[in-house]
Amino acid sequence: MKALILARRELAGVFNLPIAYLVVAAFLALAGSYLFVLQPFFETGRATLRPFFEFAPFLFTLFAPALTMRSLAEERRTGTLEVLLSWPVGDGEVAVGKFLGSLGILAIALLLTLPWPLAVSALGDLDWGPVWGGYVGLLLLGGAYLALGLVVSATTHNQIVAFMGGFLLCFAVYLVGRTAAGAPAWLVPVVEGLSFERRFAQIARGVIDVRDVAFFLSVIVVGVGLTAEVLGARRWR
Amino acid sequence: MIRVEQLVRRYGPVTALAGIDFTIARGEVVGFLGPNGAGKSTTLRILTGLLAPTSGRAFIDGHPVDDPRRDIRTVVSYLPETAPIQGELSVRAHLDFVARLRKVPQRKAAVASVLARCGLERVAHRLIGQLSKGYRQRVGLAQAILPDPPVLILDEPSSGLDPNQRVEIRSLINSLRADRTVIFSSHVLAEVEAVASRVIILDQGRVVADATPEQLRAGEGMRVQVGGVAPTIAAAHLTAVLGTPVVVHGDVLQTRAEPAAVARAVVAAGYDLLALTPATSDLETVFRRLTGAA
Repeated sequence: MKALILARRELAGVFNLPIAYLVVAAFLALAGSYLFVLQPFFETGRATLRPFFEFAPFLFTLFAPALTMRSLAEERRTGTLEVLLSWPVGDGEVAVGKFLGSLGILAIALLLTLPWPLAVSALGDLDWGPVWGGYVGLLLLGGAYLALGLVVSATTHNQIVAFMGGFLLCFAVYLVGRTAAGAPAWLVPVVEGLSFERRFAQIARGVIDVRDVAFFLSVIVVGVGLTAEVLGARRWR
Repeated sequence: MIRVEQLVRRYGPVTALAGIDFTIARGEVVGFLGPNGAGKSTTLRILTGLLAPTSGRAFIDGHPVDDPRRDIRTVVSYLPETAPIQGELSVRAHLDFVARLRKVPQRKAAVASVLARCGLERVAHRLIGQLSKGYRQRVGLAQAILPDPPVLILDEPSSGLDPNQRVEIRSLINSLRADRTVIFSSHVLAEVEAVASRVIILDQGRVVADATPEQLRAGEGMRVQVGGVAPTIAAAHLTAVLGTPVVVHGDVLQTRAEPAAVARAVVAAGYDLLALTPATSDLETVFRRLTGAA
């Protein structure tokens, strides 16, 4: 309940912050131009959002840490985190609240891309299955990145460190699957199992497997839990 | 209400608190004084549960501050130095958020009342980030008193404010004292004198004084002015009669002897007693003497 109050506050405040508009605008500009301009969208003449769903996972490795760098690192620097922690709110509630708040912004950014499938479906025969799958996948993948970004954000009081650290962590887990080709045979299933990209691609094909969903949800739970642990540990140092 | 026993806090090799003890009763307004780095903020942060002591114990209402079964954060409100508040909400929206989070009953009425008490009605709709420092400090106080906590801990509530704003904050703190324990730290001695019922002076992690402002100032004895005799002669005679040293400061004598005894001795010696006043020094002098700066 308190987590929801915190998330609500995050969302209420974020629209008075120029940085939030900038981050969301940058995401929309990059993703939109990749879909319609950088890829030969109009030349190929295929009504598909695939380029967007292929590019967005990489874009999210930048976008998610940009959202979470403020959440805790900036609050620690300005001292507002200390005020928050001096109130009767559990570390877990703070972590969940911050996570939900940033997930809300990410969801708003995704909502703002909905005109794209609508436009594409007006131009041709769009298969909506992968589109919905893609959005569900992006929410799960984005949530996982946000949870990782939060952990990093909780450990520092420097926004730049939080952003770069979050980006490196997200990018590393994004790339893990790519190393499968060079991994020893016995490691391949492990690496593939850990691959954010593979699991996302599955969901984005419209194949929603419980295991893939559970994978992202567990990353979120672990990330948010670690964030709460870091908050608690720093409290008593 | 608040009891601290042999509290020690080290940050790595640095000892911030070298074992302090004090107790504070309900309803007291206690000012923590001390040079920078004396351990004021560390003490306050331990009392809010934000920081664990290296050793020693702190109790609020008989419960250890780190008691997992009883969250002291429900009875303590803390305002850190410079009153950090995120700037992107309006004053009213922020206080409403605090009230929701801290489960303040009758939220709307409580927010309205705290806005009025802290003189924030005029700026209630403005974004906190756009307010002046004085107003932000008031928002900080408003947020701290919103849940009506029995214990209020304010770290340098008037730092960085201009004299007018200081007076406002001071009267605000004064208006909060009814049946509430207020602990605040300050560099401004006049403020401590005006507000605190008791002063605890810290220096290098130790308590060097714990007394009322009057007691601290009055430790200097009596000042005596006599007529009809040279001060040095009077001083020598009175020292002999009173059995306590009487020193000369220009035309004025100073002694720690009992006022009544001084008066009798002066009259018995046939001098004119022109003035007999407590030799108060201002807190600044006391402070400088106790913290080794004088």
